[in-house]
Amino acid sequence: MSSLYARRRMTNTLNLAASYLTMAFGLFWLSWILFTLLKYGFGGINLAMFTQMTPPPGSAGGLLNAIAGSLMMALAGTLIGTPVGILAGIYLAEYGSRGWLAPVTRFINDILLSAPSIVIGLFVYEVVVANSKHFSGWAGALALSLIVIPVVVRTTENMLRLVPDTMREAAAALGAPQTKVIMQVTLRASKAGVITGILLAVARISGETAPLLFTALNNQFWSLDMNQPLANLPVVIFQFAMSPYEDWHHLAWAGALLITASVLGLNILARTLFHQKNSQF
Amino acid sequence: MPKLSSNGLLKRGVLLDLIFHNVTRLFAFLVFALLAGIILSLIIGSMPAIRAFGFGFLFSAEWNPVTEKFGALVPIVGTLATSFIALLIAIPVSFGIALFLTELSPAWLRRPLGTAIELLAGIPSIIYGMWGLFVFAPIFAETVQPWLKNSLGATTLLAPLFDGAPMGIGMLSAGIILSIMVIPFIASVMRDVFEVVPPMLKESAYGVGATTWEVVWNVVLPYTKAGVIGSIMLGLGRALGETMAVTFVIGNAHKLSTSLFMPGNSIASALANEFTEADGELYTSSLIELGLILFFITFVVLALSKLLLLQLGKHEGKTT
Amino acid sequence: MTPNAPTKISIRDLNFYYGKFLALKNINLDIEENKVTAFIGPSGCGKSTLLRTLNRMYQLYPGQRAEGQILMDGENVLDPKQDLNMLRAKVGMVFQKPTPFPMSIFDNIAFGVKLYENLGRREMEERVEWALRKAALWEEVKDKLQQSGNSLSGGQQQRLCIARGIAVKPEVVLLDEPCSALDPISTAHIEELINELKSEYTIVIVTHNMQQAARVSDYTAYMYLGDLIEFGDTDNIFTTPTQKATEDYITGKFG
Repeated sequence: MSSLYARRRMTNTLNLAASYLTMAFGLFWLSWILFTLLKYGFGGINLAMFTQMTPPPGSAGGLLNAIAGSLMMALAGTLIGTPVGILAGIYLAEYGSRGWLAPVTRFINDILLSAPSIVIGLFVYEVVVANSKHFSGWAGALALSLIVIPVVVRTTENMLRLVPDTMREAAAALGAPQTKVIMQVTLRASKAGVITGILLAVARISGETAPLLFTALNNQFWSLDMNQPLANLPVVIFQFAMSPYEDWHHLAWAGALLITASVLGLNILARTLFHQKNSQF
Repeated sequence: MPKLSSNGLLKRGVLLDLIFHNVTRLFAFLVFALLAGIILSLIIGSMPAIRAFGFGFLFSAEWNPVTEKFGALVPIVGTLATSFIALLIAIPVSFGIALFLTELSPAWLRRPLGTAIELLAGIPSIIYGMWGLFVFAPIFAETVQPWLKNSLGATTLLAPLFDGAPMGIGMLSAGIILSIMVIPFIASVMRDVFEVVPPMLKESAYGVGATTWEVVWNVVLPYTKAGVIGSIMLGLGRALGETMAVTFVIGNAHKLSTSLFMPGNSIASALANEFTEADGELYTSSLIELGLILFFITFVVLALSKLLLLQLGKHEGKTT
Repeated sequence: MTPNAPTKISIRDLNFYYGKFLALKNINLDIEENKVTAFIGPSGCGKSTLLRTLNRMYQLYPGQRAEGQILMDGENVLDPKQDLNMLRAKVGMVFQKPTPFPMSIFDNIAFGVKLYENLGRREMEERVEWALRKAALWEEVKDKLQQSGNSLSGGQQQRLCIARGIAVKPEVVLLDEPCSALDPISTAHIEELINELKSEYTIVIVTHNMQQAARVSDYTAYMYLGDLIEFGDTDNIFTTPTQKATEDYITGKFG
C-alpha cells in the first residue's frame, strides 16, 4: 500500500517539477529574445531612424520611408478589412441560426484565420500584381486586409454572442426593427470587445512580412504613392538582416525593436480596454 | 395610442431590415468567396507546372531553374519535418506551462505570467528569425550541436540524424525556433480550456485523495480534450505555414538529406526566397504549385481537426 | 368575468410548437381590458410560452410556431400579414432579468419612443419624466439621467425597464416574472406599481409566486403541462377552485 502511494507521490513530484521547468523554459526564451532585441536594437534608435530614408549599403540612414509605408498600408488594410469583418460577424451572430451560409462561413473563416500568410500574398499577387503588371502599396494593403478580415469576423461574432438574448428581446419588444436592435443595442453593448478585436488584428498585421513580399515589395526611396512598390518595415528588415552588411544589420535590429514595441503596445492597449469595459458588465 | 407617423415609418423599418440582412449576408458570402478565390487562383497559377510535371512533382527532389526541372519533395519534407520537430517540443512544454498557470502558480503570479506568454505569442515572427540567425545559431553550433553529435549521434541508429558539420542552421535549428514560436499559442489556448474546468469536478477528484498530477492527467485532460486537440491543431497549422521564423535559419538548400544538421527548405521559405526572382513561366508556376500544396496541407489539417472535434462532441452527446 | 366588460385579447384554439414538441394545447382564454390577469403554474407548464405568443416574441427563434388565433381589438395577431413591429409597439414587455440598454438612463427610455414618434427635445424630456414618474423611479434618478443604466440597483433597473416599456404608451403590458430577480422591498414597489398601472393598461403577468398572483391580479389562469386547467376570478381560484388539479397546486401538494 505504501509503496504504491510512494510511487504516486514520486510521479506527482516529478511531473509538477517538470511543469515548473517548462514555465521557466518559456520565460527563458522570452527574456532572451527581448533582451537581444533591446541590446542590438536600442543603439540604433535615434533621430536619424525617423528622419532619413533607407540607405544603400555602406552609408548611414534611417527607416522613414519604411515606417511611412507600413503605417499607410496598415491603415488602408484595416479600413478595408474591418467593415467587411464586422458585417460578416454580425451576419454570423444575428442571422446565423437559419440556413447553411452561417455554419459554412464560420468553418471557412477558421481556415482563413490559420491560412499561411504567404499564401495570401501569393493570391493577391495572382489577382492584382500579375494583372496590373507592377507591385503596389494597394496590393500590400489588400493582402493585409485579407488577414484582418478573419480576425475581426471571429471576434465580432464572439462578442455579439456574449450579449444576452434578453437584451435583444427587450429592444424587439419595444417594436424596434431588427436593424436597430443590432446596430443600436447589441453592437453597442459589445463595442469594447469589437474594438479589442480590431486592435488585435492591427497588431497582427503590423508584424507580418510574408504577405508583403510579393505585393508591396519594397522601395528604396521616399514615396507615398500607393500605386507603386512601397517601402515597409518588415520587408526592409528581412532584406537588411539577410545581407552581409553591418550597418544594414544595425538598422534591421532597430526596425525590429520598433515593430515589436508597437505590436506589444497594441496588444497591451487592447487588453486593458477589454478588461476595463468588461468589469462594467 | 402613440402618434404613429403612419405606415410610412413602419414600411421603412421593414425595408431597412431587408437591406441590412442582405448586406450582412453578402459580406458573409464574401468570406466564402474569398476561400474559393484563393483556391481557384492558386490552381490556375499552378497549371503550367501541373501540366509539365503531373503527380511526379510531389516526389521529385530536383530543383533546377536552369534546366527547368522542379520537384516539391525537398520543401514538403522540410515543412513537415520542421513542424514535426516543433510540435514534438512544443506540445509537452505548452502542457507544462498550462498546468503551471492553472494549478501550481501562486495567485498573484498568474496574471502577469499569463500575460507574458500571450505577449510572446504576439512577437512578430521575423524577430524570431533574426534572433535565430544572429544569436541562437552561433551558440547552437558551438555548444549544443557538438554535444548532440557526441551523445545521440554516437549511437548507430541515430547517427545519420546528426551527420554533417555543426553550422548552427539547418532543419533542427529551424524546428527549435519554430517550437519556441508556437509554444505561446498552444499554451494560451490550453490554459484557457484548463481554466474553465468546473472547480467542483477537480474537487471531487482531490476529495478522494488524488494528487495534483493525477487530477490533471485523469480529470482535467479528458474533460478538455477537445480544446487541447484544437490547440495542437492550431499550433500545427501555424507551424506549417510559418515563413519568417524558418527562412532565416533553414539554410535554403534544395537538397534532401537525413541529417537534421543539414540545411533544407520549407515551402514557405522557398517561396519567400525565390518568388520575386523567379523568371520563366515554369519556375513561377512551380512555386505557385508549392503554395497550393502548402494551402492544401493546412486546409486538410484544419478540416480534420474540426471533424475530430465534431466527432468528440457527438460522442459525448453535446451535438446530435 | 365581469359581464359586458371589454375583452382586450381573445385567445382561440391556440397550439404552440417548439419544433415537434406541442407546448401549448388548445388554449382558449379571454383577457379583460384594464385588468391584471395572472398566469400561474409549475415550471414547464407553458405560462411564459403563452405570454410570449401575445407579442410574437417567439418569432425571433427558428423552429417555434403558433397555430390558432389571438384576437386583439378584433385583429388576429398571429396573421402573417400582421406587422410585427407595430404589434410590439402596442404590446410592451418586461422580462425576468432587468436588461438596461448600454446607454444613459435618459436614452434607455427615449429609445422606444424615438422609433415611432418624432418628438422635439422638450417633449422627449417630458415623456421621459412622465414614464419615470409612472414607474416610481423619477425621484431617485432625476439628477443622474445621463448616467449609464447599469449604475442602478437591481430593483431600480427593473423599474427602469418598466418605465422604458410604458414610455411608448402601449395598450397592453406583459410582465414575465418581473420580480423573481428582486428583493422583497423592490418586489413590493413593483406590485404597487402594477396596481396603479392597471387603470390605464391591460396587464398580463406570469409569476411562479402564487401569493403574488393572489395579491396583484384580478383574474388568474392556472396552467399545467401546456393545458389551461382553470381560469377565473382570482378570489375564486384561490378560495374555491373548481378543478382538483388547481386545488392541489394552490395548496402546495406539488410544485
